[in-house]
Amino acid sequence: MSSTKTYDAGVKDYRETYWMPDYEPSATDLLACFKITPQPGVPREEAAAAVAAESSTGTWTTVWTDLLTDLDHYKGRAYSIEDVPGDDSCFYAFIAYPIDLFEEGSVVNVFTSLVGNVFGFKAIRALRLEDVKFPIAYVMTCNGPPNGIQVERDKMNKYGRPLLGCTIKPKLGLSAKNYGRAVYECLRGGLDFTKDDENVNSQPFMRWNHRFDFVMEAIHKAEQETGERKGHYLNVTAPTPQEMFKRAEYARQLGAPIIMHDYITGGFCANTGLAQWCQENGMLLHIHRAMHAVLDRNPHHGIHFRVLVKILRLSGGDHLHTGTVVGKLEGDREATLGWIDLLRESYIEEDRSRGIFFDQDWGHMPGVFAVASGGIHVWHMPALVSIFGDDAVLQFGGGTLGHPWGNAAGAAANRVALEACVAARNQGRELEKEGKDILNEAAKSSSELKAAMETWKEIKFEFDTVDKLDVAHR
Amino acid sequence: MSEIQDYPSSLRDPASRKFETFSYLPAMTAEQIRSQVEYIVAKGWNPGIEHTEPENAMDNYWYMWKLPMFGESDVDAIIRECQACHNAHPQNHVRLLGFDNYAQSAGASMVIYRGAAV
Repeated sequence: MSSTKTYDAGVKDYRETYWMPDYEPSATDLLACFKITPQPGVPREEAAAAVAAESSTGTWTTVWTDLLTDLDHYKGRAYSIEDVPGDDSCFYAFIAYPIDLFEEGSVVNVFTSLVGNVFGFKAIRALRLEDVKFPIAYVMTCNGPPNGIQVERDKMNKYGRPLLGCTIKPKLGLSAKNYGRAVYECLRGGLDFTKDDENVNSQPFMRWNHRFDFVMEAIHKAEQETGERKGHYLNVTAPTPQEMFKRAEYARQLGAPIIMHDYITGGFCANTGLAQWCQENGMLLHIHRAMHAVLDRNPHHGIHFRVLVKILRLSGGDHLHTGTVVGKLEGDREATLGWIDLLRESYIEEDRSRGIFFDQDWGHMPGVFAVASGGIHVWHMPALVSIFGDDAVLQFGGGTLGHPWGNAAGAAANRVALEACVAARNQGRELEKEGKDILNEAAKSSSELKAAMETWKEIKFEFDTVDKLDVAHR
Repeated sequence: MSEIQDYPSSLRDPASRKFETFSYLPAMTAEQIRSQVEYIVAKGWNPGIEHTEPENAMDNYWYMWKLPMFGESDVDAIIRECQACHNAHPQNHVRLLGFDNYAQSAGASMVIYRGAAV
């Protein structure tokens, strides 16, 4: 076959090789949808083919070693182009990659190809990776979440409701002992988890090992006092993988049920290794997403968060921050519901109304808890329970610690509000319509909740979302 | 703003001990128990009943009352079993579960009769 080809040096149009509108993707192909904003004068097919080439086998010129292999087998194929609803400056390009291009079990390798050089490519003004379909054949090579939702429920003894957490504030500057105090107060008041802030690693004011020691005493005492199981996400994000594993190992020796990692700043390589360590050691793994908005917020350039969600599910984690819809951070409701499903469900169908471009089959890969955190308080509870359902961790930072009577009262207020909303939902009441009544009824038996409702009733975050779903507006 | 209140909870006070979902709400009325049973039935989950001495509430394994009621959708029959367990063990926590065999987990779990604090 290739023996009929001859070496013809020079530059030729990408579309001659990489634009294949008749191609039918195979079940083992990895599929990607890019939103391409081409430079003026570059035809859509050429821009799409260029992206396919530069994210797979191609380079800018023909080279003689191309003829030593079967490039027609290995190349990425741009197979479809679609208009972007409501935006003429760009278009969607669908590209199929043969599974042979990727190392097994390596999101590092997949994304080094897919979003490597191509994002700086001169022929395009801007480029955004909107969605990726991982074939089940590739999913099965990845380790995935170390424990999953059901295992975590069994280990922590939490059923039939969302879990409740809180990030300890101020973010930076507390001593280890004072920090442990804040943790203890939250847990004895009724939270399931507290959390290290993402930038709490091991600074001079609070070295990691001191923090771990004091926090574990807080957990043990709160467990004895309340008779419930508790945890604190001990952040093991570190300068080097060796240091990360050292901290994780110390957490294990102390009997901590859960540790935490920042999978983007820490890196996919470190995260995948840590997730495997967690699986081997029976440790739950909370994942924070610092730096995600650098990648996912611009509607024309970068990587959509739903792709970052898929990366994490493959790389491994038991919790992932997803945005709250209702709080202080960015997040369109329908799009958020889409990526929450991508985290938790085993099979997700294409649904453009939620921004999902491909069917995604996760096989038996466990699900990941969605974490809602950022600018939320008791008045948001009915909407949060309605939006997120049970398989979520609702994290109130300021909404716990900012209670006028302190952390324990703030925690109790949130716990009462949560349980009241779940009980009401189970009774068939509509939370988002009747939320005010439900909370007022619950506050009759909880002075802590009553005080919380008085403190936060006026606070709202009503800025419009920057990254909206693409819908026609004309 | 009201005066700061102390948070009443201590190792010595048995009333500080909680028992997971709905234990921060007042004890359920008969009507509220019925509505939670109806929820479990509507979800298609298998009802189950377990009980324990309150001091052992943190254990994974409570005493199973008979067997889970596989396929039972008669709300009255389920409530009668809950009452029978409570009558046989009036000092114990009695919890109602809804076993979700698809998820291999309890979709619901709640103490519906509270034992004496110890």
